[in-house]
Amino acid sequence: MERTEAELIAAVLKGDTASFEPLVQKYSPRVFATARRYARRESEAEDIAQEVWLKAFHKLKSFRGDAPFEHWLMRLAVRTCYDFLRGHQRNRETSFSDLSEPENHWLERFAVQPESASEHADAAKQLVGRILEQLSPPARLVITLLEIEDRSVKEISKLTGWSVPLVKVRAFRARAEMRKVLALLAKDKYL
Amino acid sequence: MNLEQLQQKVLAAARAHPPGNRVPYAFEKRILARLNEAPAFDRAALWAGALWRAAGPCVALALLLGVWSFVGASNNAATGDEEFSQQFEQTMLAAVNENGEVW
Repeated sequence: MERTEAELIAAVLKGDTASFEPLVQKYSPRVFATARRYARRESEAEDIAQEVWLKAFHKLKSFRGDAPFEHWLMRLAVRTCYDFLRGHQRNRETSFSDLSEPENHWLERFAVQPESASEHADAAKQLVGRILEQLSPPARLVITLLEIEDRSVKEISKLTGWSVPLVKVRAFRARAEMRKVLALLAKDKYL
Repeated sequence: MNLEQLQQKVLAAARAHPPGNRVPYAFEKRILARLNEAPAFDRAALWAGALWRAAGPCVALALLLGVWSFVGASNNAATGDEEFSQQFEQTMLAAVNENGEVW
């Protein structure tokens, strides 16, 4: 008979490490999807996911069980991703002069006729990656959660541990930061 | 170029390309293997743990000594003043006394 999550967690807390495996199996797809939003390479996503699970195991005592395990785990995953971004702050001074051919083409199409530049194009995806890479860690996290994953301010507050006013302030700054990056992109491309 | 429109387009592109949720083969086995590994000897963590454990008794001892010195000082206050004046007088007049013996 399949054991419930609460039973598995109780068993892990009693010292049965093997009971952790079904939890890892069940929730790893979500952890990987979150990690891939912030990682540049697949190896980085694996490192983040591994870190999340090791933290989850060692902090399992702090899981009170009044909310679903998945919510607790996702909070841990988002905070680990944020720590990862802060720990791997990339050189954000790079210019956009080294855009690939498809990216240039997509931007040119957008400049001439914005509707004709499809957001489903691979070039658009690559460009998004470049732009997000230029943002500071808090700006990237807020933009990802608020604008891309479409989460509410309250949800972001719970996920990140930031207060609601702080999320709002950081969202405001993040949008301004993104506009600045886009202005730099436009300047590099057309001036 | 309309930056506001470009921002909306870029965010729409990000929404249109959600990351995959594929999990590498035997990932859960790897995690279990890591968890079953013997814990590495971490000197910094040991120090930190020892210092944290020592913090409580140190605070308690400091409080105890503080209370003791305060209570002890207030009990000795009455007799202490008299003793202090005698000692002070002896110290100040020590040179005079010695000279007196020479004369």
